This record gives sequence, C-alpha cells and structure tokens, in this order.
Amino acid sequence: MNAINEEPEHQEIGALLPWHAAGTLSRRHANRVEQALAGDRELARQYDLVREELVETIHLNEILGAPSARAMERLFAAIDAEEARAPRHRRWFDLGGRISEFLSSLTPRTLAWSATAAAVAILVQAAVIAAVVVKEQGSPSEPGLASAPSEGSYAVVRFAPQATADDITKFLGAYKATVVEGPLRGQLYRIRLSETKLPKEEVGKIVRQMQSESKVVAFIAAKE
Amino acid sequence: MQSTSDEVLIGRIANGDRLAMQVLYARHHVRVFRFVVRLVRDEATAEDLISEVFLDVWRQAGRFEGRSAVSTWMLAIARFKALSALRRRPDQELDEETAGAIEDPSDDPAAALEKKDKSTMLRKCLTGLSAEHREIIDLVYYHEKSVEEVAEIVGIPENTVKTRMFYARKRLAELLKSEGIERGWP
Repeated sequence: MNAINEEPEHQEIGALLPWHAAGTLSRRHANRVEQALAGDRELARQYDLVREELVETIHLNEILGAPSARAMERLFAAIDAEEARAPRHRRWFDLGGRISEFLSSLTPRTLAWSATAAAVAILVQAAVIAAVVVKEQGSPSEPGLASAPSEGSYAVVRFAPQATADDITKFLGAYKATVVEGPLRGQLYRIRLSETKLPKEEVGKIVRQMQSESKVVAFIAAKE
Repeated sequence: MQSTSDEVLIGRIANGDRLAMQVLYARHHVRVFRFVVRLVRDEATAEDLISEVFLDVWRQAGRFEGRSAVSTWMLAIARFKALSALRRRPDQELDEETAGAIEDPSDDPAAALEKKDKSTMLRKCLTGLSAEHREIIDLVYYHEKSVEEVAEIVGIPENTVKTRMFYARKRLAELLKSEGIERGWP
C-alpha cells in the first residue's frame, strides 16, 4: 500500500474528490482541488479511483430501468380523487409570476401583439360562454349566470381556451348539463349534471368522461 | 430552447396545474424511482412509493419555499417514504435481500471469468455496500448532489456527509480487496 499523506489539507482535498468528479463543488473549492491535483501524484491517483467509482455507479443506476406507466396512472388517479373531493383554491398572487414568466420570453413586438391577443382571448371566451348560457336560458338579462339551485348534482369546469361556443353547446348538450353559475374565480363555471342527486360513483364516472374531452374541458371536478 | 424551471412548475402545481405536474413527473420520475429502488430493492414497492412521493409534491407544492432545489426536496420525501416502507418490512426479508446482493457467484464459471473484469467487480461491490453507504454513493455520483444537498436529504451535518462518503469508499475498497482487487487506498 502506498504511503498516505496525512496532512489535514491533503485529507480535506481528498474528501472533496467525489464531489469534484461529479462537478458539484463551488468554483472556489473546485479551483483548490484542481491546484492540489496538479501538484500531487498520489491525490491524482486517488482521483482516478473516484472517477472509476463514479462511472460504475452511473452504470449501476442506469441499468435499473424505469417505472411502468402504472405509477403515473396511480398518481393521477389519486390527484383526480383529491381534486374531486376538495378542489384547491388557486393562489392568485402566483398569476403575476406566470404572466411575468410568459412575457419575459417575448420580444417587444410580439409582446404588444400577445398582450392584445390575450386580452381578446379572455373576452372572447367570456362572451362565448355567456352566449351559450343565454342560448340555454333564453334570457339575456343575466349574461353568464343562471340561478344556482341547490338540488341535483354539480361539477365545476374550466373550459379549454380554444373551445368555441359550438363546442361548449354540443358538450353540454351531450351530457344534458347546464351552466348554473360563473365565471367564478379561476374562470371556473358551475354546471349542473343532473336535476336529481346522483350517487357519488355516478357523478365520478360522468366527470371522468368529461375530463377526457380535452378539446373542450381544461379542468373539471365534481362539486357537492 | 429554455425549459421551464422546476421552481416555476412547483408554483403552477400549487395552483392545481395538472400539466405542470405531468412535466415535473416526466422530468424526475426515473431518477426518483432509481433512488428508491436502490433503497428498497423491490421494483413494485418502488413504483408504489414514487406515486406517493409525487402525490406529496402535489399536496405540498404550496408550502415549497425554494430554499433547496426541487429535486433535492423530492429525494428527501422519497427517502422518508422508502425508509418508512423498509421499517414495515419483516427483518428476515431484508436479511435475505442483503445476502442475495453480496452473494459470491464464484461457483459459476461464467461469473469466475467476469471476476477478472474490474468494472464488473466494482459494480458488484457497490451493490454489496450497506444501504447507508449505497445511498450516499448514489446521491453524490449519480444524483449529483452537493455536500449541502446530501446533508439536507439525509438529515445529517455536512461534515458527517464527508465522513460517511469516506467510510463508504473505504468499505468499497475492502470489498474489492476481498475479491482480489487491491486499490492502494485508503
């Protein structure tokens, strides 16, 4: 066995070699290690061993494969179940962050057009849904909002931005659903799935079917 | 093209954005799975656990303060769940698995030939390390975690991280020596 350099500085640098090989040291520490390696053959030999370990550890992990789709299906089924039980309240202060993030990716010229387009899109969707409601209710006096009776089974839905009035009308018609309230916070609308109280399982089944219609539905959850 | 940062995704997840959750899952599920499967040594259990890990991410995203990287936070959750699962498992089962992992394949002629292959031996000895040593080696070499991040995931002081890594490597050298490979360190 080779003689080991017992100096504290040497030992300290030696302890950092695994992180140096993985590239996770700060620049300052990395420079220290580089300088030590350049002038210390024993340390350089140790570093070669570390690099061998790193390569084989990566290999060992890479051959472990990946989880099956079952894990993801299970996760999103659990998320759906939670959302159906208690939809979370959106944090509105985060909306600013999201808008900033989006806007920062745009050039000034596209920014001006995008801001206009976004404003128009919001107005258009509100108008689209109002038109659907007016058509359903047959009264223009309360645009976007019908009375909200407490009987029956309900869900809250956010329609996909690209959904047209025709898409939404067909969607509601296909499920015999009616918009009864909205827009609520987060561009959500309360819809009535049935005038009578359906079993929870039945409501869940309908909601899952509706969720699959991604052209029209961005988000949906059962609502007590 | 610049991808959305994990921190931004967590912000969206806190707002109930399923798409952000799918992106985060796609980005990290394989590494989290491998970290867990190395701890629990059972793929089916690891699959169940990663569903739970990401469900916790979904639930707790609103409380994420960004003091550490998202991947570090997720590995800490994964570690906690893996250790909890191991505690629920009978000791006998664990012992058998450990024994299986370090079983000497010298009776097998093909394996005897492989024994000459240093890389193969190194991998075999890495597998034969204790869970504690295997964990720190994986976190440093494969998951590319800094001293500070390992300290946070494992819940030990930074100096202990360095010491544990040293002893993990020392034990690896001993295992290699017992297989006839002398590294000259430590």
